[in-house]
Amino acid sequence: MSQNNSRRDFLLSGLVASGVVTGCATKSNVFEQSFDEQVKPSGKMVKLLSVDGEVIEVDEAYLKPIPEMPTITNEEERIGIPGRKFVMVIDLSRCKSLKKCQAACDYAHHLHPDINWLKIYPMQDAEQTAPYWQPTNCMHCDEPPCVKVCPVDATFKRQDGIVLIDSERCVGCRFCMAACPYSSRIFNWEAPGVSGKIASVPYSCEKSIPQLKGTVGKCDFCPDRARENKLPHCAEACPNGVFFFGDLLEDSVTNGTETYRFSELIKDKSGYRLMEDLGTKPSVYYLPPVNRNFPFENKDAVVA
Amino acid sequence: MENLAKQKIIEDLLPQKFGKQGTIWVIGLLVLCSIGFYAYCRQLYYGLAVTGMRDYASWGIYISNFVFFVAISLVGSLITAVLRLSDVHWSTPLTRIAEIIAVSAITFASLIIIVDMGRPERFYNLFLYGRLQSPIIWDVIVISTYFIISLLLLYFPLLPDLKIMIGFKERNGKWLQKLYVFLGSFWKNTPAQFKITDKAINILAITIIPVAFSIHTVTSWLFATTYRPGWDSTNFGAYFISGAFLVGSGGVLIAMYVFRTHYKLEKYITDMHFDRMGKVVVLLALLYLYFNVNEFLVPAFKMKKSEEHHLLGLFTGEYAPIFWFAISTAMIIPILILIFKKGRKPKAAFVAGILVVVGSWFKRYLIVTPTLLHPFLPMYDVPASYKHYFPTWEEWAIAIGSLAGALLVITFFARIFPIVPIHETIIETESNENETHL
Repeated sequence: MSQNNSRRDFLLSGLVASGVVTGCATKSNVFEQSFDEQVKPSGKMVKLLSVDGEVIEVDEAYLKPIPEMPTITNEEERIGIPGRKFVMVIDLSRCKSLKKCQAACDYAHHLHPDINWLKIYPMQDAEQTAPYWQPTNCMHCDEPPCVKVCPVDATFKRQDGIVLIDSERCVGCRFCMAACPYSSRIFNWEAPGVSGKIASVPYSCEKSIPQLKGTVGKCDFCPDRARENKLPHCAEACPNGVFFFGDLLEDSVTNGTETYRFSELIKDKSGYRLMEDLGTKPSVYYLPPVNRNFPFENKDAVVA
Repeated sequence: MENLAKQKIIEDLLPQKFGKQGTIWVIGLLVLCSIGFYAYCRQLYYGLAVTGMRDYASWGIYISNFVFFVAISLVGSLITAVLRLSDVHWSTPLTRIAEIIAVSAITFASLIIIVDMGRPERFYNLFLYGRLQSPIIWDVIVISTYFIISLLLLYFPLLPDLKIMIGFKERNGKWLQKLYVFLGSFWKNTPAQFKITDKAINILAITIIPVAFSIHTVTSWLFATTYRPGWDSTNFGAYFISGAFLVGSGGVLIAMYVFRTHYKLEKYITDMHFDRMGKVVVLLALLYLYFNVNEFLVPAFKMKKSEEHHLLGLFTGEYAPIFWFAISTAMIIPILILIFKKGRKPKAAFVAGILVVVGSWFKRYLIVTPTLLHPFLPMYDVPASYKHYFPTWEEWAIAIGSLAGALLVITFFARIFPIVPIHETIIETESNENETHL
């Protein structure tokens, strides 16, 4: 119902907007509806471009915000952003497990309190080597084992390299969780417990909200933000610039302040991918923890 | 003289009403089913959070129960198809027992897989959006095929028996009579009909063997197509199938004993049957043991880092008690009992059968869950409850309820239809007599 309502509101406001556009040519007051609602002109004028190419001025108070709607169809979400191939580089020498990335991700995606899409593992490669923190999200593999086993095409690989989940199609068999060697998939064992407003947002694979009870979830590489040329939540939240996000086709990655040529960064700093031998071809690369910015301090015992 | 023998066989084998014991048994099973149903309603309402499963142990006793059901259903193809095609006649009185075990087990295998789904109401997505590259879709296809062939293999040999039973109108009562007429009134015992069913049964018996192999091979691939230690094995298909034939034959031993003592069928399910079935179980247990040695000894010899935790967990770690219990009760002890002639007497064979089935159930649990609790990356950044798995009462209730349901189907089947084929028994006795006369 709520979806229908918001759709109707959208259409109405669309009518108002087109009224604005054609308003110059007609005599009738296109702002009648707004007057009914007794909106007082604020006096602040906004310039708008009509479809005829005319610049018109409208009082700001008459503009109605368009309710949030998925602007991209499910089909488009399954295809991906044309001409892009997203990669992430995680610089292990910069991570001190502040978990700002995790908190931002959890908050932005309205996850259940037990659930983290992004986990920060204490790792140690060998007995004599120093332990380090390894932030781990979905690897967005180019040969994704999870996608191979999904019986209903609920999880899929897009042209831009991103692996997403359609929670409205997922049957909750959890085969993908068994198939994923990186343990990056989580299950919504119960409803995520989000507020009414978020819960009623129409579901979108790119936003991954709201998470639905009985379905699988995971890191989505924030494609909704990529469409707005913004970094993923984790990359934006990290104060140490651990996460570099970018485009393989542009051969560049950035953490917001520093930008590198992706191929050079991987070559110069000996970048690697997790479990390369499995042949999953992840899109997430790691830079080894050399020349560290911080010492390794773990309040819990080392697990690995 | 001959007619008298025939009358006696029919009288002995016609389905009987539940006695006092039977009624208690049925009520007990119904209670277990209702508890399971109540638990499932809770699960539907609260979600899978009511189970002990979490992100690491994302499959638990539902899936191991599913594997168990698929496994035990394979015995239908062994007894009705493999033995029939190899012209073995002693197994004739056991065919219907084996086939109803197969049908009821495969039914509950499908139900339990729906129970395990987070979104059971979207089950139709499997048909709307099914993708052939997923082993789950392969499983859906082969299991439904197996179910239909098993049902036909149960039904066709039943037709001459239905005709016999329709003759006992007063004994049957209104409802059963209606059912028999509905199912078998077209059967007139004509040679043409016999010819066509014989042919059909032969074709089905040949088809069901590859389908039976497929259902359990594909079920093993649900695990073996992943990278995880303990599942990443090329041995898995054969390992699963050998185990499946074993648990099914163990189940047949139990059913033989129960039907024999309860329905007084000593003349039809004889000591000879226990003796021969006992030998079959020994052979199958040795075969399964062989695959177990392959499955565990070879990786243990290498002790790859990724497999080490998993293997040590089974051999000496937290799963060691269940592991050695399963190995000894499913294989070693039954072999030791059944290898001796005395051990193949009905009562001892019955005990061996129970051991096989119970041990095999736990074996399935060990195949599913310990692997999931040994992921490649450490278990970290999750609540403490995620790192262990113990089924909740809801899971136990649903799993036990499904087992009770399968038994209930078999029980009601034996109440409605003759559990030992009447017509085929008559034919067998006649041909035996002819042979002795010659």
